[in-house]
Amino acid sequence: MSERTLYDKVWDAHTVQELPNGQTQLFVGLHMIHEVTSPQAFGMLEERGYEVAFPDRTYATTDHIVPTDDRSRPFDDEQAEKMLSALEGNVEEHGVEFFGLDSGRQGIVHIVGPELGLTQPGMTVVCGDSHTSTHGALGAVGMGIGTSQIRDVFATGCIAADKQDVRRIEVTGTLDEGVYAKDLILTIIRQLGVEGGIGYVYEYGGEAVRDLGIEGRLALCNMSIEGGARAGYVNPDEKTFEYLRGREYAPDGDDWDEAVEYWRSIASDDDAKYDDTVEIDGDAIQPMVTWGVNPGQVIGIDETVPEPAETNDPEAARKAQEHMDVSPGDSMKGVDVDVAFLGSCTNGRLSDLREAARVLEASGREADDGVRALAVPGSQTVRRKAEEEGLDEIFKHAGVQWREPGCSMCIAMNGDRIEDGELCVSSSNRNYVGRQGSENGKTVLASPATLAASVVRGEIADPREVFG
Amino acid sequence: MTDDRKAVRRVAGTGVPLRGDDIDTDQIVPARFLKEVTFDNMGKYAFYDARRDDDGSLNDHPLNVYSGNVLVVNDNFGCGSSREHAPQALMRWGVEAIVGESFAEIFADNCKSLGIPTVTLDADAVDEIQTRIEEEPETPLEVDVEKERVTVGETEYDANIGDAQKEALVEGIWDTTALMRSSLDLAKETHDELPYTDW
Repeated sequence: MSERTLYDKVWDAHTVQELPNGQTQLFVGLHMIHEVTSPQAFGMLEERGYEVAFPDRTYATTDHIVPTDDRSRPFDDEQAEKMLSALEGNVEEHGVEFFGLDSGRQGIVHIVGPELGLTQPGMTVVCGDSHTSTHGALGAVGMGIGTSQIRDVFATGCIAADKQDVRRIEVTGTLDEGVYAKDLILTIIRQLGVEGGIGYVYEYGGEAVRDLGIEGRLALCNMSIEGGARAGYVNPDEKTFEYLRGREYAPDGDDWDEAVEYWRSIASDDDAKYDDTVEIDGDAIQPMVTWGVNPGQVIGIDETVPEPAETNDPEAARKAQEHMDVSPGDSMKGVDVDVAFLGSCTNGRLSDLREAARVLEASGREADDGVRALAVPGSQTVRRKAEEEGLDEIFKHAGVQWREPGCSMCIAMNGDRIEDGELCVSSSNRNYVGRQGSENGKTVLASPATLAASVVRGEIADPREVFG
Repeated sequence: MTDDRKAVRRVAGTGVPLRGDDIDTDQIVPARFLKEVTFDNMGKYAFYDARRDDDGSLNDHPLNVYSGNVLVVNDNFGCGSSREHAPQALMRWGVEAIVGESFAEIFADNCKSLGIPTVTLDADAVDEIQTRIEEEPETPLEVDVEKERVTVGETEYDANIGDAQKEALVEGIWDTTALMRSSLDLAKETHDELPYTDW
């Protein structure tokens, strides 16, 4: 078993007791909730006559079902209106702070938590959403949970959990220009498999990870779950502290120095023991694009679609290629694009919007006529900052729609979706069949820069060519 | 501590062979069906799209062909989102236990929260069981949680359940809310000891 890693230290600090079923009762430092997975849990809580045990550790926002165009109430979609109304009623009744549509801080839970400084190093963070792994970028342990577990957290401030093994993923070298955290995590998933992380927490480190900004680290940790790992984290360092300094919910004054000292202390020790160690060559990574229907079915943009027999699951690869209408030996570069979705808890942050805008500007061109492109900032804060920098003008000028924040076309629950059979280049995290709202639609996952280059060309393109 | 009313020690019935690795929760319940504030209707949404052809008619998906209560699956079943709607849908469709090569963690946790065992076997054994059910759908299938054993017809397979899950199911203490609520004072102590709760 691992020893003296951040995960071990956080686990120990949050252990309440060992439960008779063999699990550990683990205290939850930050519980974030949203409209889709919480109403049933509030219902279960009321059935049992419990109140929320730690309302001051609980924060709510709305993201999955909110429209990104007309947000006047009531929403046109009655089910969406009912879900948001239910959340508004529940937070009011249980005294939970809520970042609603009029708060100026609404957004995707995994964008809002870090940017408001709610997420801090050494915390346990849970949310009824699998991408809670995102919060690990700040040195927290973030875990997605189901609705019955949300009920647990409401009623007790704790989850019943099994301790995982820790795999250190050491990324050596430096990422090239045009290569981002998104390309790195897709490379990791390709190498270790979409099920490779089951039973593990991933600790990302090494030169290439240290070099990433916090927003890059958030994208990296975000997709730990696509690699099967429920949590992934980066040890906190000076960049982490600088990122948190001055944020609304971050400690300040005398608390700040105490906090930094604590945060330093919970990082993995130099002589920490890991259950497994993997090395990835950061120098060798290219812009990555998926060719299939899971995030592990991915290639570098200079590579070609593999023979099914060369993959670890030939039958699945054959079916995926049929769905995507690609053949072994094909290049993904040059494949026609119908839709582009820039956003999501993976790549809906300011730096993502900046990189996409930079590519649009560098190419000096507009969206190809055949492409319907959406830029959906991850939160109202991101949207405001982007507008202060004039990024919205660059998008609009290029023919990219500038929307209000939410999960949007990543999960296609709010009316933003791809239509029958369309191919979408998406900065999101999942290319599962039907994920973006069309059962025969096709999703190609890529970085914001690859997406922007593809928007201009109307076909999947290499962002490095735009940068020259 | 044992709660006999909630104990799940064995599940007996017949199987549903559902082949394929990495079957994700978007397949189990498409996201458009998550816009309901209760789980009541989830049973009819189980594998909704996968069970239908483009024209909306039911196809030969295993859930349309078999009517057993034990799902037999392959590798990394339930990967993807944390939606409890997925096991809720399967449970409300009639699934009482799932046997497979491996399960995504959040999915397995969610199953445990509902008292549904997720039992693992090696790939060859799973294939053998799936083939047997495909040949003879009425073959009796039993999952013995306590003995970590799956019996198909006359054939017994040693299975793996995981200590915590086994304990929780056998003792009937898979509903952890009551269990942890009874030690709220301990949770408050942990809360008070954590430096950040003061900042």
